[in-house]
Amino acid sequence: MTPAAVVFYILASLALLSAVMVIWSRNVVHSAIYLVLTFLCVAGVYIVLRAEFVAAVQVLVYAGGIVVLFLFVIMLVNLAGTLGPRVRVHATVSAIVGCAAVALLLYVSASGGLDTDFGARIDLSAQGGNLQAVGWALYSDYLLPFEIASLLLLVAMIGAIVLARQKY
Amino acid sequence: MRVEFFLLIGALLFTIGCAGVLIRRNAIVILMCIELMLNAVNLTFVAFALENQSMTGHIFVFFVMTVAAAEAAIGLAIVIALFRRRRTTDVEDASLMRW
Repeated sequence: MTPAAVVFYILASLALLSAVMVIWSRNVVHSAIYLVLTFLCVAGVYIVLRAEFVAAVQVLVYAGGIVVLFLFVIMLVNLAGTLGPRVRVHATVSAIVGCAAVALLLYVSASGGLDTDFGARIDLSAQGGNLQAVGWALYSDYLLPFEIASLLLLVAMIGAIVLARQKY
Repeated sequence: MRVEFFLLIGALLFTIGCAGVLIRRNAIVILMCIELMLNAVNLTFVAFALENQSMTGHIFVFFVMTVAAAEAAIGLAIVIALFRRRRTTDVEDASLMRW
């Protein structure tokens, strides 16, 4: 077993374990902390997959930005002492639906047969990461979607401010 | 390493997130589980990007992250608005428009 495989197994099992703990822990703050752990482990898996820039963005945006947003809202929405039941009436139905979803995913991945054109092939194993390749693709072929994404972020920002305002 | 391992981890992470959305009733935890599912999809994209030596998967991950950030901001704003009105974050209590 190569060192990369060992790292992958450790990170993957840790990610799955902490993902389960996100839904299992009754305290919302604990859920947020486990979410950070999951995101960091997935970032490590990205590095194993030689996607260094994606890993960096994952740590910055998810572990640094989104989880802090979650924690702010948890602090703002003070639910001290109201842990509530872990699961409710529809738990059995939900579990069955979840198991069906994983069975479907496993069936699709086992049956294989994915034959799609994935665009221009480039060498991902270039020395020193693939930041340059990402930049080239983002600012040449995907320039319009990139600009639309910035517009989406602007709209989301305005929407969040309007929604969370004190008076309507 | 074969790509199937990464796809398997992505599938399992997605299922955990899906189960969380279905089982939990706290709106904040549901949003966290949606983030988990988006992360699982990102993992699959990056795995296929390496398998096919294509940059398209990486680019798509950035757009998914953009949408995830926007979704988290709007969703949490809705949670705050819900808490102001109803003093709860339980989705079962947000039943005004329920049939």
